Parts: sequence; C-alpha cells; structure tokens
Amino acid sequence: MAFNLPSNPLARRWFGLAPAVITIFAFMVIPIMILAVFSFMPADPYGGVDKGFSTEAWIQLFFERDLDDSLIFEPVYLQIIFRSIVLAVLATMITLAIGFPVAWYIVQQPAKKRELLLFLVTIPFWTNLLIRAYAWILILGKNGMIEKPLYALGLIDDSLELMYGNLAIGLGLVYSYIPLMILPIYASLEKLDFNLVEAAHDLYAKRSSVIRKIVIPLCLPGIIAGSILVFVLSLGDFISPSILGGGKKMMLSNLIQFQFSSARNWPFGGALTMLLLLLVGIGSFFYVRVSKKREGIA
Amino acid sequence: MFIKHHIKKAATLAVAALFSGSALAEGELFFYNWVDYTPPELIKKFEDETGIKVTVDTYDSNETLLAKLKSGATGYDVVVPSQNFVTIMISEGMLEKIDVKGMSNYENVDDRWKGPTWDPNQEYTAPWQMGSTSFSINMEGYEGEGNSLGEFFEPSDSMKGKVQVFKTPDEVIPLALMYLGLPQCNENPADMKQVQELLLKQKEYVKTYNSETMVANLTNGEVLMSSHWDGYSMKNRLDSKMETLKYVHPKEGIIGWFDSLVVPKGAPNKANAEKFINFMMDAKNGAELSNFNRYASPLKASAVGEYLDPTLGTAPEINIDPSVPVHFSETCSAKATKLYDRVWTKLLQ
Repeated sequence: MAFNLPSNPLARRWFGLAPAVITIFAFMVIPIMILAVFSFMPADPYGGVDKGFSTEAWIQLFFERDLDDSLIFEPVYLQIIFRSIVLAVLATMITLAIGFPVAWYIVQQPAKKRELLLFLVTIPFWTNLLIRAYAWILILGKNGMIEKPLYALGLIDDSLELMYGNLAIGLGLVYSYIPLMILPIYASLEKLDFNLVEAAHDLYAKRSSVIRKIVIPLCLPGIIAGSILVFVLSLGDFISPSILGGGKKMMLSNLIQFQFSSARNWPFGGALTMLLLLLVGIGSFFYVRVSKKREGIA
Repeated sequence: MFIKHHIKKAATLAVAALFSGSALAEGELFFYNWVDYTPPELIKKFEDETGIKVTVDTYDSNETLLAKLKSGATGYDVVVPSQNFVTIMISEGMLEKIDVKGMSNYENVDDRWKGPTWDPNQEYTAPWQMGSTSFSINMEGYEGEGNSLGEFFEPSDSMKGKVQVFKTPDEVIPLALMYLGLPQCNENPADMKQVQELLLKQKEYVKTYNSETMVANLTNGEVLMSSHWDGYSMKNRLDSKMETLKYVHPKEGIIGWFDSLVVPKGAPNKANAEKFINFMMDAKNGAELSNFNRYASPLKASAVGEYLDPTLGTAPEINIDPSVPVHFSETCSAKATKLYDRVWTKLLQ
C-alpha cells in the first residue's frame, strides 16, 4: 500500500468513512443549510435573496396578504402539497403490489436465471430518466406505438388520449421507480429461510397465512426500504408530472422549480424545499416505526 | 424526428454538465441557448474556422436562464436573453462589457437595431434573432378565421383538449392582457383577476402547458392549436410539410421580442465569445441563421439579401400585416411579477 493507515482503530474507522462523510456534507448538508437560511431572507425581485431577515416565505405557505396587509388563509399551496403526497402514496402502493410478486418469482428461479432476471430489472437505469420519459411519449402519444397498430387493425377510430393525464403520470412513476422496490425486496427474500415456509406448510398453514405470518414479516426490512425509496422519489418527481402529465397540475417539485424560475421567489422555494424534506423525514420515520411495531407483534 | 432531436439535446446537456468543470481550458466556447435555436452547421463552421471547440447547452425560457445565472452558474461564455431580460441582467450587473461597435462585422447590423433601447450604447449586446409570440392553428377542418386572440383564449368546442399553451406566465399573460385590452405589466389586482378567469376558462380546452413540444404535438395531431413563435411555426410548417398550419397575427396585437448575444460576468472564454459574436454578425452567417431558424434577421437587408432563402421574404409567419399592433415585452415591477405568479399558481393548483 502506498500510504500508511492510522494505527488507532477509531481514527482508522473515521479515515475510512471520511470520503462518504465529506461528500454528503459538501453536496447535501451544506446546500440544504443554504436553502434553510435563504428561506428566512427577503426575496430579490430578480431572483436570489436580499440581506436581512424575513418570515414572509413561511407565512406565504399558509396565508395570502390582502391589500390592507391583513392575512387571509390560503390553501392553494397546501392543496398542491396534499396532491403530491397522495400521488406518492399511490405510486408506492402500486409498485409494492407489482414489485413483491416479481421479487418473489425471481427468488424462486434457479441461480442462473435469477441473475439474468435481476439484470433485466436494472436495465432501465442505464438510460437517463428524462430520455425514458420522452420514450413514453412515443409509446403513449397520438399515433404512437400503442395507437398505431390498433388503428391499423380498425379496433379504434379515435385517439385513446393516453398521454397527458393521470394515467401517464402514474405509469411514469411506477415504471421509473419499480426497480427500487423489487431489488430490496428481492434482497430480503433471498435471505429468507425457505425451511420456515416448508415447516409452516407441514403444519397445515394456509397459503395466505404463510405469506402473511412468515414471508412478509421476514422480508419487512426490504419492503420498508423499497417503500421509502419509491415514496421519497415519487414525492420529489419532477419529470412525470410535467412531461407525461402535461403540466396542467403542479406537484410540489414543479412548484419549487417555479419559485426558482418564473416566480423569482427563492426564499419561498427554500421554504417549500424544507417542507418537502420535513414531510419525507416524517413519512419515513412513521413508516419505519409502525412497521417495526408490526414486526414485533408478528 | 423532433423527439430524436430532443434526446440529442438532452445528451448534449449531459455532456456539457460533465465538462463544465473543465471550461478553463483554452480553445473552448460554452454556448447556452434556447432549445432548437442553434444551427449545427454554423457551429461546425465556426469550429472549423477558428479551431475553437463549441459546446451547446439549452434552456426553455428566459426565466430558466436568469435563475441559472443568478444561482452563480459560471462556465457559460455566450447566452441569448430576450430584450426585457437584457434590461434585468444589465441592471443586476450580470453581464460583461463587450466591444460590439468595434467588431468588424458590426456594420452589417440594420440601423434600426443599432443601439436598441435596452442597450443604447451597444456595450453589452449583439443582435441574434427577432420575432413574435402568438399561436398557431392547424386550419384543416377548422371553422374559425384564425385572426383573433379570442380563438386561442376562448376556443370553440371543437378545440376541447386540443390546445397547447406555453408553460411560463411571462409568455402567456402579456397576450391575455392584450386580448382583454388591459395595460401590460399590470399591477392592478382587479385586472389580473380578469386574466385569471380567462386562463381558467381556457384551461378546460388545454391539453398541456409546455414550451418545448409544440412542434411534435402539432405534427402528430395531439393538439390542433398551440402557443408558438413566428419562425418556429414556419419551420414547423415546412419541416413537417403541414401547409394547413397557420401562425396567427391576431387583430388585437402580437408580442414582439428581440434576442441578443451577451457574455455573462465571469465567462471563462471571453475572447472566444467575442470571436463568436463577430462571426454571427457576418452577413452570410446571419443569413444562414435565419434560414435555419426562420426568424427575421436583424442584419441589413442589403447585406444578407443574397444569402437569404427567398421563401423568408414571402412567408406569412414573419411578415406581419402593418395593421397588427406589435408590443415589445418590458421588464415588469416586482409587484406585477408577484401578481402574475399568483395567477399562474392558481391556474395550475
């Protein structure tokens, strides 16, 4: 080795962790802190922030200033936030419903085939998300890959209007993030001791109770990890709503982008970002806790 | 075709992002321009003539450009803001002074565009392209005349779910104000309430709010009417062989714009940027730019005339009827901007 590692075990551990810690600190913690500070500063009308202290951005989350400067409750931003959460929860549920059986199927295959299947699951990651979103336009769009053959066969005579709607957003989210659900579940299913399943069957457990009482509790860590990944990424997704959904309804991420571009209200963008982080944090925390509890009971 | 173009754009963007860290090396130029607004042949010609390696990155609105520069993004040598954003960038001290007047090709610039109101001493900007913002209709089977903003903001029932609108308030609200006969850069909440109601009614007919995909969507019939720019609509008509595509010059008026080449503060390759700017004011290159983009050239007609595609002279898109009022967008106050954004958020809530 070209250099000597520190001899003290603690120092050695820190030395090993340093690259990760520095990366996270420089590229995540510091930017987030900057945004947090920005959210308490007045907005510069042309973007950026002015010097000083202001809570205007946080007030704007809930209230609108009337002409006489009195505050009126304004639910418009809360509505957008609520919609984003609902969409993210739905995406998580759908990916779980599809991802679990897929992972289960893969785990049952012989080792060689398993490798191939896992490899197939990861293929979409090779391409940029944006490009994949545009690919969906080619598939779902008017005269696209779905409509064209149906026209040719005379099965439809009007556009199916697949693009630019909730269906397209949902498809985009599920398609983008399903590998992140399959892989962790697969990882925990792989460690599952199938003797336990066999034992349960031997003891005349029903199929459904084997799944419910043996399989799910044992691969709960994978389900939790997958759900958190999908939920967090769906909540912050930007591409599906604006490109596939047609941008007719804002999601939290579009709203944040809007504040940093057209609206030129960086403090409010910062406040929204903090709120998004908070939501993700709370969501993950409760999910882990509730699931841990269930694990305890089972 | 357009999608393929987009993918290429996205790939270019990714490459630009990768290399923006090493922009200090000599012989490079980082050009940040609107989507589908840079003729690849001209870039190649510039590279061949000068040996400078050009990287093109794209944005979709003036707001995106401003936000990016405001965030301290450096590494861009030349960017292309519209006139109202030039005003902001100058007042915010975001631009390098460049000696445009001293450049050898400056004499080619049309006298009308020398020392324009947004840069009276020609210290910061050189002309790129000019044009207008309105909307286009696929006239095939359409029952209207295609001559009023009313057809766009209050469409007929046959247009339900067939309308595409730009995704930034900056491009849409000025037209709405014009249609309603209200003053631009409006700070009056009652007026903006009318705008909001108009846009909310229009939304029932809107398929998508997007400033990039109108060519693809008009071509494949996903939408029948869309926000458009004059030259881009002409390009759309010619490239997609859609003779029924009409760019509307509404009787209520049209929004004019003028895009300029500017050098952001701290540009790593300022000398190359100046070479590029002079290169673009060359009569032949300026004509090729217009031939590609289909926008009117701000260079002297006598200079570009012989190189210009003759179809540009008669194209209905870029030759505006003198009776149609043209309004050049101004920079609005913070108060007006705030109202615009409120209208827009309510629209997409």
